[in-house]
Parts: sequence; structure tokens; C-alpha cells
Amino acid sequence: MKEIVVISGKGGTGKTSLTASFAVLGGKNLVVGDCDVDADDMHLLLKPDYNVKENFKSGLYAEIIQDKCTACGKCFEVCRFNAVTIENGVYRIDELNCEGCGYCAEVCPEKAIPMIPAAVGSVFKSNIKTGATMIHARLKPGADNSGKLVAKVKQDAKAAAVEMGLEMILIDGSPGIGCPVVSSLTGADYVILVTEPTPSGIHDLKRVYELVKKFKIRAGLIINKNDLNSALTEELKKYAESENINVLSLLPYNEDFTKAITAGITAAEFTESEISGFVKDAWVKAKIDIYKEK
Amino acid sequence: MKIAVASGKGGTGKTTLSINLSSYLAENKIFKSLILADLDVEEPNSGLFINGKTVETVEKYKFIPEWNKEKCTNCGLCERVCNFNSVLQFGKTIMILPELCHSCYACSELCPVDALPMKPQRMGEMKLVDASTYTFIESRLDIGQEQAVPLIAQTIEYIDEYSQSSDDMVIIDSPPGTSCPVIEVAKNSDFIILVTEPTPFGLHDLNLAVETMREIGKEFAVVINRWGIGNEDVIKYCEDNKIKIIAKLPNMRKIAEIYSEGRLIYNDVPGFKAELSKVADFLVELKRSSN
Repeated sequence: MKEIVVISGKGGTGKTSLTASFAVLGGKNLVVGDCDVDADDMHLLLKPDYNVKENFKSGLYAEIIQDKCTACGKCFEVCRFNAVTIENGVYRIDELNCEGCGYCAEVCPEKAIPMIPAAVGSVFKSNIKTGATMIHARLKPGADNSGKLVAKVKQDAKAAAVEMGLEMILIDGSPGIGCPVVSSLTGADYVILVTEPTPSGIHDLKRVYELVKKFKIRAGLIINKNDLNSALTEELKKYAESENINVLSLLPYNEDFTKAITAGITAAEFTESEISGFVKDAWVKAKIDIYKEK
Repeated sequence: MKIAVASGKGGTGKTTLSINLSSYLAENKIFKSLILADLDVEEPNSGLFINGKTVETVEKYKFIPEWNKEKCTNCGLCERVCNFNSVLQFGKTIMILPELCHSCYACSELCPVDALPMKPQRMGEMKLVDASTYTFIESRLDIGQEQAVPLIAQTIEYIDEYSQSSDDMVIIDSPPGTSCPVIEVAKNSDFIILVTEPTPFGLHDLNLAVETMREIGKEFAVVINRWGIGNEDVIKYCEDNKIKIIAKLPNMRKIAEIYSEGRLIYNDVPGFKAELSKVADFLVELKRSSN
């Protein structure tokens, strides 16, 4: 089985738009996963039916049982996260600040602080408009543990692929270089990097690729809006060559990408525009590179 | 006063607004002193647009337990109290997984024989830059470090110490999304500007950001970027939810080109400058009403 993850470092480079296009082009031969759980946008183009819903809990938070509390203040003393508040002699937990470490519960002499499983969000298993299966999630506003939710989406996507005997999982990854991205990359076979020829695009690509290298995952690069700045596009190509990254596609700056999104379709389905041809070609090149012998 | 420039969706123009707004406010001396802080520590970009002189670079550390084999009696308490699976016991060996550690100190302080002292471990770097008309502060997470929050929290502490005067205005280029990094910034800010774009993606993620801000009880208003592309659904959404739209930055290929050259936009695009001045006016009014 091949697990393909699309990431970009910087947001707004066209990552989700392209992943959704590839999902449509891959048809029923793959399982789609949306691991951009903070900003899950792929469903707007792939129209999932939210067939199965599962509430996902991970991590803990503390709660003080007031009847048992003797206001000794031990919990306040040990908390490193300013999560224990005192008002008029009453100790409470600020759930937003609580890391769930359980130190307060451990030292409470009255055993007045139970640790409660924290709701992180919901995970959905859906049929999308191509007939394929998609695993996606909704992070609870303000929730911690988005990395755990990402891991859950990937685990479910893998299980669905095994169940249906499919060979490929296509994942829309998260931005940045922190825990959700680390979770997205863990266990992946191939990474599609999407960037643009801007100082931020290059900077963020290099940082996220340093992370990809730590995982020793092969990567291909798509340069979106390549005609915006030809000098920087050349710089990106040279960088890719020096790092042994295959340049899969140079996409034009074309507002048809946004028009497609606004119409609720993927670029691949926008057959009146040149962009559908570009993304089809990019997907073919990516597949060749994915299945290439190392 | 601290203003966080945030967004649910990435790439909507947080950095574009932050750097142009900071430069515009400083150039026109709208506030007594101005600080721009880039707290998108995973991918900090504001500095790419600033030609300044680095005044100070500070390494930032978090504290991780270190196992002292000689003192350890293998009682197993450390493994039991760690809720993050960061402390593991294999027979007579204790293993620490630093990337999972949240620096809660429980294992270290509860150890009966002091065998797990907390030791500093580098997580990133903060720098202070003199950008001539204003001060720029950037924090940058080391690659391979998973937790952005401790670095963000330490940088905010530094900003609060650095900006002693209540006349200071602090603009914060925030992390994207709706999870812990942006919440760490938002809960420590006085007001949030949410940047969005008039597309279904932008609107959907704006809605998530709005829910998050309401959840943590923060006041916010919206700036629409790339106005002219997509559709007008975002206007209706803001009207229906009684959210103020401060400004609409225009969609132009020319703006994207100037951005790709690493330059400021408002000097070359009058339509952009006119909208930027609305954001400046809004902040002046916000500051006045808070005093």
C-alpha cells in the first residue's frame, strides 16, 4: 500500500485544491484522508455524505470536586500552566490552560481532582462524489491534541483501504512543521510538496522539507503560480535538483483555480479551463514517480 | 495593546497585512511606539520582508527531565505519573522521550530520590530586530520540535516585559488554524483581526476561527483579502453574525507579484493603501475606547 501525503509548509499555495483534484482523478482506486483538521476544506469540493460519525477523545483535563476540596492549595502550587485559579478562596481549573498532565490530581491529598477524557473532535467515514471513501475530521474549537486527531484519521483511512483491498491512500496534510505535520508524515511513502515562487513559499518549503528528510520519505514538487516570479521559480527548481526532489509540475497563475472552488468543483473537473489539463498531467507524473523503483 | 492577526485558513494574507500595517502605522507615527511580533513560530515569514538590524538573538529552552542512573531506585513512580508517555521504564532503565514531554515537572518533583532533574533543552530562537521605524520580534521553532506553544508562551512573556508602556501597540502575526498555537496567541491578546478571503474555503475556515474566538471569549473583527475574487457569501455571513468587516484588500495580480518580490504593497497600490488606512483608523478607535 502507498500512502501519499500532500503538504506545503505555507498555507494558500493550492495544496487542498490540488489534493481534491487528485482524489477525483484517482476515482475509486484510493481512500482519501483530510488531515488538515484545523482547516478541513476538502469536503467542500468532494461532497462527503457523513455516513459514519465517531466522537474522538484524547488526552485528559482536570476537574476539582468542590465538595471534597479543602482549599489546601497544593494543586495551585504544582501547576506549571496557570490552569488552577483561585477566586474568593475557591479553587477551579481553567480548562483552556489545562495540559492534562495530572500533577495536581497526583498531589491532591483529598483525591478531589479526577482526570477526565477530553473531547478532541469528531471523525467521519464518508462516501464522496466519486464513490470513493473519505476519512475526515472536525476539531472541536479550541481543542488540544490535533496531532492525535490526525493520527486517528490516518489510522482509519488505512483500515478502510485494507478492508476494500485498495493500494493507495491520499492525504491532505496540515500546514507548519509541528505535531499535526509530524503526525501526517509518520508512515507516509511519498510526499507531494506544493509551493509558490514567493519568499515565504520558498522559506516554508525548505523548513518543511528538512522535516521530510528526517523521515526519509521521497518527495515530488509542484510549483504553483510559477509565472508570478520566474527568478524564484528557477531558484525553486535548482533547490529541488540539489535535494533530489522530482519537479512534477509547473502550474500557471490562473484565477480559474479560485473559480473552480467557488463553483464547488475541483480544478480537474473544470474542463473548460486549461487548469484541468495541468492538474491531470501533474497527477500522472506524480503516480509515475510514486511507483518508480527507488 | 496587543492585536493578533489570525485566520483559520493559511495563506489568506496574515503576513501581508501584518507587515504592511506595521510599516504604515510606524511610518505615519500613529502610535507612540510599535512592535511587530511574528509568532507563527513553525513558519515565520514576516522577517523576509524586513530589512533591519538584529539587536539581540536569544536561544529559547524548555525543561526536560534527565535520568540519573546512580540515584534511581526503579520505583516506577515517574512512568506512572507521566500522562504523555514521555517517561518509560524498561527493566532497570528509564527512557525519556523529549518530544512528548510537556514540561509539567511531575516526574521530576515527585521522584523520591531526585533522580530526574529538569535540564534545559533548546527548542528554538528568538530575535529582536531594529526595523528603523519599529521593533520586530521573531521566534523560530527548531525543525523536529513538535510543540509550538512553549516557545510562543515564552515570547509573549518577553514582549510583555519589553513593552512596558500602555501606549505601545503590538501587532502579532499569528499561527494559522484553530488549535493550541493560535489559542496561545489569542488568549494573550486584546483583540483579534481575522483575515479571510471571499471563497468557500475562506468562509468555512473563517467560521471555524469565529467559533474558536467565541469559545475563548475574545473580541474580533474581519479583514477580507483578495476582495473581487470568489463570491460575496462572506459579507452575508458577517452581516448575519454581526461581525464587523474592517477593510477589503483588493485582489490584483500586481499585489501577488510585489509580494513575490518581498516588497511592501501599499506604496505601489493606492487601492490597497486606502483599505490599510481603514485598519489603522479602526485600531486608533479601538485604542481610544480601551483607555
